[in-house]
Amino acid sequence: MNDTNFQRLVHKRLGRRAMFTGALSLGSLALLTGCDLEDDDAVDRTLLAISRFNDRVQAALFRQDRLAPTYTAADITDPFPFNAYYEEAKAPEIDSVTWRLELAGRIENKTPWSLGALNQLPWTTQITRHVCIEGWSAIGQWSGVPLGDFLRRVGADLRASFIAFRCADGYSSGLDMATALHPQTQITLRFRNEVLPRRYGFPIKIRIPTKLGFKNPKHVVALEVTDRDPGGFWENYGYNRFSGL
Amino acid sequence: MTAAMNAAPVDGARATRSVVIRTTHWLNAIAMTCMIGSGWRIYDASPLFPFAFPASLTFGDWLGGALAIHFAAMWLLAVNFVVYLTWSLATGHLRRSFLPIRAAALRADAIQALTFRLTHDPGRYNTVQKLLYLLVILGISGAIVSGAVLWKPVQLQEFAILMGGYEGVRRVHFAAMTGIVLFVVIHVAMVAIVPSTLLPMLTGRGPRRPVEKGG
Repeated sequence: MNDTNFQRLVHKRLGRRAMFTGALSLGSLALLTGCDLEDDDAVDRTLLAISRFNDRVQAALFRQDRLAPTYTAADITDPFPFNAYYEEAKAPEIDSVTWRLELAGRIENKTPWSLGALNQLPWTTQITRHVCIEGWSAIGQWSGVPLGDFLRRVGADLRASFIAFRCADGYSSGLDMATALHPQTQITLRFRNEVLPRRYGFPIKIRIPTKLGFKNPKHVVALEVTDRDPGGFWENYGYNRFSGL
Repeated sequence: MTAAMNAAPVDGARATRSVVIRTTHWLNAIAMTCMIGSGWRIYDASPLFPFAFPASLTFGDWLGGALAIHFAAMWLLAVNFVVYLTWSLATGHLRRSFLPIRAAALRADAIQALTFRLTHDPGRYNTVQKLLYLLVILGISGAIVSGAVLWKPVQLQEFAILMGGYEGVRRVHFAAMTGIVLFVVIHVAMVAIVPSTLLPMLTGRGPRRPVEKGG
């Protein structure tokens, strides 16, 4: 989505308050259901309540030992698409020397991590499918530190419910602890065996092949372990929070 | 058309419809309208083919709204469909109303339908109708299964493989939608041609048999 579209979307959202207005202008539907579909708040509330129900259904379906399918190097999509709520030229420029990953919340050792220190940790690689909420998908190769290993290393309270990620570009996303501990969930440092390029999230992104693409934050600068559902950039606009695959 | 509980109607009797059929029919109509309208909006976010659906025909206002509608209406669609299918199998409605389909009868009825000479016999399906209803039941099944796999391509990855992988599942889901929409076009056109068929679906009581001309 480009900037203009995004501005329009935000304007529409804030200006009209309800997310689903246009959906329900159909007179025949109102006749059939007998509901007052002009009442945006009631419709929004109902849809959001069902979205929360769907979060619980998905959490129940989720299995930590159920791995996302993996592919071969020949399957990798080239070029891998760029996607953000802004154009590629606006992707943040981050100084690898001064960048730190800040830790917050229920973690024993909150010392910030430098890129050099993260690169010292044991890492794994995966070739998996990135599935965008828009419908398209692309296969890429990501390498980095399993997030679960990192959380154990810094003494995170694994009984907490969520991890909140904050990013250099103003983006944010929340992640349930069960998925954070999934073996394929990764603090990504490399893409296709090269230092993670700026357009794909330099210096780190969180790669989660069991979630839709928007749940894979890029340019992460802070990680908080918390019991409060942190929501996130798109989650706050109404995208389903769990968004598992 | 024949309610499964009843014997085939005789001349002069009223064709009746079970309350189960009527309820599931209209709930399905509501759910399917929501699913198709929101589904077209979702499709437009990243079109599979070189066309998009006009935004004015879609529901949801934007992708997030359309997804919220889609993933809410899916429960109504699926639960209602399972109720209908279970009831239809248990009571024999499915077998009595839609089977058998014989090639000779199908050919004869198809020729009559295409030349607008097929008689409409309240309480009994002709072979073309039987085939179309069976096909749309298959289409809805396909839409539900492929939709579930699109929603959960990791948890249901074995099903995704059967449909040619994630991108294949998108195509199966689109094909199922297309089949259902084609059915709806024919179905609604037939009701427009023979409006007296609408009443039994609403009240359960039809006009006295027979006979009206129509497709």
